[in-house]
Amino acid sequence: MNGLRLEGAGLVHGNGHRALNNIALALGGGERVAVIGPSGAGKTTLVRVLGTSLRPSEGRLFVDDDDPWRLGAGALRRLRARIGVVHQSPPIPPRLRVVTAVLAGRLGSWPAWKSLASLVVPGDAAGARAALDRLDLGERVFDRCDRLSGGQLQRVGIARVLYQRPAFILADEPVSALDPALADLSVGTLVAESEERGATLVASLHAVDLALKWFPRLIGMKGGAIVFDRPTAAVTTSMLHELYATEGRALPRQGVEPIDAAGRPANVVVLKRPGCQ
Amino acid sequence: MSFASATMAPLPAHLRDPAARRRATVLAVALLVLWPLLVLAEFKPWQLLATGNLEVMANFLAGFLPPAMSADFLALLWKATLETLAIATAGVALAFVVAVPLAVIATRALAVARIGPGPGRTAGAAVRTTARALMTVLRAIPEVVWALVFVRALGLGPGAGVLALAVTYGGMLGKVYTEILESGDTRSARALLEAGSTRLGALFYALVPSTAQELASYTVYRWECAVRASVVMGFVGAGGLGQLMDQSMKMLNGGEASTILLTFLALVIVADTLSAVIRRVLA
Repeated sequence: MNGLRLEGAGLVHGNGHRALNNIALALGGGERVAVIGPSGAGKTTLVRVLGTSLRPSEGRLFVDDDDPWRLGAGALRRLRARIGVVHQSPPIPPRLRVVTAVLAGRLGSWPAWKSLASLVVPGDAAGARAALDRLDLGERVFDRCDRLSGGQLQRVGIARVLYQRPAFILADEPVSALDPALADLSVGTLVAESEERGATLVASLHAVDLALKWFPRLIGMKGGAIVFDRPTAAVTTSMLHELYATEGRALPRQGVEPIDAAGRPANVVVLKRPGCQ
Repeated sequence: MSFASATMAPLPAHLRDPAARRRATVLAVALLVLWPLLVLAEFKPWQLLATGNLEVMANFLAGFLPPAMSADFLALLWKATLETLAIATAGVALAFVVAVPLAVIATRALAVARIGPGPGRTAGAAVRTTARALMTVLRAIPEVVWALVFVRALGLGPGAGVLALAVTYGGMLGKVYTEILESGDTRSARALLEAGSTRLGALFYALVPSTAQELASYTVYRWECAVRASVVMGFVGAGGLGQLMDQSMKMLNGGEASTILLTFLALVIVADTLSAVIRRVLA
């Protein structure tokens, strides 16, 4: 089966803290899923386990039916080149230029000579510019990253993954530093990328409204476990409120509009994606 | 009054610094260790001020004035300076060639097998330890000793100095490069490795950009040290300003020695300026 699969996966961090508990999850190739839940629910850890950045303490991960942790070093590296991760705080050295930071997305597939030559003369400035243009950041292609705001840098991190063209896009709070309009644009771009290339997309989101708008399937997490995993249409308001019970009455959202008495954002219909059931 | 009472009153328990006791202990231990070391090193600075000693030092220093400025000597000095610069530059360049691969091997932040940990972690750790051990051996033996060894093999002249620098400084540069590469933000390297990048890709797209200034300024500083080290090696016959200095001292020609020392001062200033320029370019 194409896609990502976790079987009874658990993770205990080095300090003894249990971050994931008995996670069973199957994502088909090209499927789009949002992972929501309060802070500390294990969303980031889940994304890192799926991205072969953390090795599960129990259970197994399968990527396209391969267990990455049973592959040899070369095969694991090739598999990792097919996984693109958008990090919440972009891991980009401040002195790097934007173009270099974006082109670094293909270090996994470029030959060594091309990677090194690209440090002198950018190997594919047009490609980097195209990826940045989709996020409304094309103008900054030759700027240094330390000239960018936090939100711009976060979009550079997204552009890097767009440029990488991975089979699996994993996004960990990819729009936490963006204002509502740009957050909407950025998540929409990731969704469009997934649709165009049939890439699997998993995004952990703190903002419930973005998850409801863009993703056909929602996974609610709390305390390192999956609370619900169902089609977005089948997720009820009370399920959401129960998920976020520890964070007060209002649901966390990217938008600035007040939430209505029923709990759903007042403008959820307006936000609803055209053609999305 | 109110200020005094505010500072004198004991802090409530929840405001007391939990680290205070440990810090005080560390400080006390450091002083306890340092004192016998000073005794062992016969550190008695007051002896400098005894009348007889002051006079001897004054006479010694007076012999250095005025600096020698004869055209013959300046010509010799010019040639020896060029030789010293050549020894230092060639030595550090070779040391760089030795150090870079060792540093790339020894840097933990570039070890993809540590993620997970994944396949090859035991072999990787063994290779890293070997590289670190090799760098330790290279730099543990002083360059003067290496120079003595190489002078025997290659004869008197700058060649021995260059090789001695390459070996010792290779070990030093490698060790410090490793530490500088790991002192920066290593998350960026890890992110690239997790996206399938090779070790070299993560090195040049993540670690080097975030530490370029420190790497460059340490390398230039090592070049400056190499200029000084070449003096000591000159004393054992490895050419350059050191050899000239050795001859001047043996002939008790203090004037020449002071001109040579002034040349050193100038070279250190040059190194300092170079370092500042490079740091500005890389900023």
